[in-house]
Amino acid sequence: MVLDVRGLTMDFGGLRAVDHVDLQINDGEIVALIGPNGAGKTTFFNCVTGMYTPTAGSVTIQKPGTDPRTITNMRPHLITAQGLARTFQNIRLFPEMTVLENVMIGRDCRLRAGILGAIFRDKRTRAEEEQVVLDAYRALEIVGIGKWANETAKNLPYGAQRKLEIARALATEPFLVLLDEPAAGMNPQETRDLVGLIRRLRSEHNLSIFLIEHDMSLVMTLSERIYVMDYGKLIAVGNPAEVRKNPAVIKAYLGEDVSA
Amino acid sequence: MSDTAQTIRPTLNRHVDFARRSLLISIWFAILTFPIMVMRADVAARSIVWRWSNLVWVIAGTFVGSWIWRVALERKKNGGGNPSGPGSRGIAAVRARIAILTRQRHFTLGSFIVLAVVIGIFPFAGGMWQTNVMITALLYVVLGLGLNIIIGLGGMLHIGYIAFYALGAYSYALLNQQFGLNFWMALPVGALIGGVASLLIGIPVLRLRGDYLAIVTLAFAEITRLVLENWADVTGGTAGIRSIPRPTIPGMRMTLPQTTVFIYFTMIALVVFTIFVVRRLENSRIGRQFVAMKEDVIAAQAMGVNVAKTKLTALGLGGVWAGMAGVVFAARTTFINPASFSVWESIIVLCTVVLGGMGSIPGVIVGALVLILVPEYLRAFVQFRMLLFGAILVTMMVFRPGGIIQKRRRAYTISSVEKQQAVTESGDLSIEG
Ligand SMILES: Nc1ncnc2c1ncn2[C@@H]1O[C@H](COP(=O)(O)OP(=O)(O)O)[C@@H](O)[C@H]1O
Ligand SMILES: [Mg+2]
Repeated sequence: MVLDVRGLTMDFGGLRAVDHVDLQINDGEIVALIGPNGAGKTTFFNCVTGMYTPTAGSVTIQKPGTDPRTITNMRPHLITAQGLARTFQNIRLFPEMTVLENVMIGRDCRLRAGILGAIFRDKRTRAEEEQVVLDAYRALEIVGIGKWANETAKNLPYGAQRKLEIARALATEPFLVLLDEPAAGMNPQETRDLVGLIRRLRSEHNLSIFLIEHDMSLVMTLSERIYVMDYGKLIAVGNPAEVRKNPAVIKAYLGEDVSA
Repeated sequence: MSDTAQTIRPTLNRHVDFARRSLLISIWFAILTFPIMVMRADVAARSIVWRWSNLVWVIAGTFVGSWIWRVALERKKNGGGNPSGPGSRGIAAVRARIAILTRQRHFTLGSFIVLAVVIGIFPFAGGMWQTNVMITALLYVVLGLGLNIIIGLGGMLHIGYIAFYALGAYSYALLNQQFGLNFWMALPVGALIGGVASLLIGIPVLRLRGDYLAIVTLAFAEITRLVLENWADVTGGTAGIRSIPRPTIPGMRMTLPQTTVFIYFTMIALVVFTIFVVRRLENSRIGRQFVAMKEDVIAAQAMGVNVAKTKLTALGLGGVWAGMAGVVFAARTTFINPASFSVWESIIVLCTVVLGGMGSIPGVIVGALVLILVPEYLRAFVQFRMLLFGAILVTMMVFRPGGIIQKRRRAYTISSVEKQQAVTESGDLSIEG
């Protein structure tokens, strides 16, 4: 089990955005979290990745081959260093930096150079910097946007910006990647590419994937297990076939086409 | 055929609209300035002189100014910033040329030698007054480059920067007075004090952003000044500290002009050192962290950047340069008092960074030189100095918010062998998708 969340609760003033959610992800699994808008999915991500401090509950991670670690209340950059990486629902790139530099920031938690290294540029720092460029470029090639390495990030087409976010997350060397609506705003071709990419991440790079998505066909084809949230609560868990038939899910999505 | 008619009609309408607005503005401005521009009390005759001709000038001047402003604004909006855009040809061409000039950043050896010679000859050819003016300008270059680490690179709007300059100056003055430390010993101590103070002030304001940070740092600068003013036993209060020794080459007696030249070259060395360090920082892991933090704090920390540490690094590094500049300042004026470190000084340094181009080293240097040298050489207009200053800044912010010389990101080269290797390792992309 790479992620084990127990009783996670998040209150905003009087609003309970996440209500006692239990969720587990096994090594190498692709798991989806779905639910209507405002169900609390993004808030759940933010609690797991340390962006928010949850009101109650615990988050435990276990990198394959190591001991489990509780990361509740840990600061976000330390959680990232533990091997959890995420993307954002509303793309959050560093718009004025180049594509490559964006990914190099992803490498940051694996680097060691400090101020003195920057000023004196000793051998180790230089070697590290060369390696960063290569590693970052490799991450770009994985998502297929290496040709844009020196382009300013904000100038990329929308689909490529989403891919860049994934590349940046990969650069942190995660074992679990959290994708918040990765297909949002993509055209059908781009979505198909994305499905291929996510499968490849799992099969070739041994990653576990946890994604929030509204595109039901993507969720149903890609994920092995699906968690469904509504009003902050989990209302269903299961494989795609089970979830599709679940009356509570159908009710929550009243009017929306779950069987797509 | 009707094509031209269609483009002319809206243009005409627009200009009618401009005229109407400009007229309204000029009338408003005339009313606003009526008491000072038109009325004048003749004390001897105990009557008021009405200068109606001034009214005409005010209205005409404002009208034309406002019209030009509007046309320029619209050109900018129509893609004037982008040389290939559909903006007006003339301005676009000039812009393109400027863009090319500012793009050719790499000093060729020739221009480098010319620059070095000019810098070397300047104090001998220019005389004492010129050299002193240049020393002041160079002090602001160092201050600007230091503040640029905090604002331009780190993205923190710090308005209390001058406090660390004051700390540097007072640490030299006091250490010399009490313990007889000379300039060269005081320089690193001032740097350390500036850096540490900046860091300590940074800790409580880590969570603050934007305007809040600006207000708090502003308050801090005022507090520092007030402490210097009121802690008279140590700092000498408003009277300040006198007869601070000028820097010398140990064991050498120098005349005043010689010392001035010596300080000039010390400042040149300090500027070169600053440029060297800031450049290296920029092109390093630290520099990347700064920029990422500036562009999106949330994303930066989500990607594993320790934002608190990065902020403190920027603040500490910025403080170091203020401290050093402060030591030089105390040594060259030989007299300091709290009045030299008013918030106004902070604002000037801030302006050099903003005017020149945030985050860009040549930009900040040009900004500092323009802002310090132009007023010095335009002493004749001294009463309009502030007005001019304000007008330049507003114009800059509207038409070239990135500063005179905008920052460009560095491109990396990846060899084709390495590219090939990366492609192979990332798996063949054409199989899936
Ligand atoms: N920072 C916040 N402060 C207050 N309320 C928030 C905050 N973030 C999210 N919420 C609220 O929590 C609920 C869940 O939001 P969110 O997690 O974004 O939903 P989803 O991602 O499922 O669409 C919404 O009602 C939203 O308004
Ligand atoms: Mg959401």
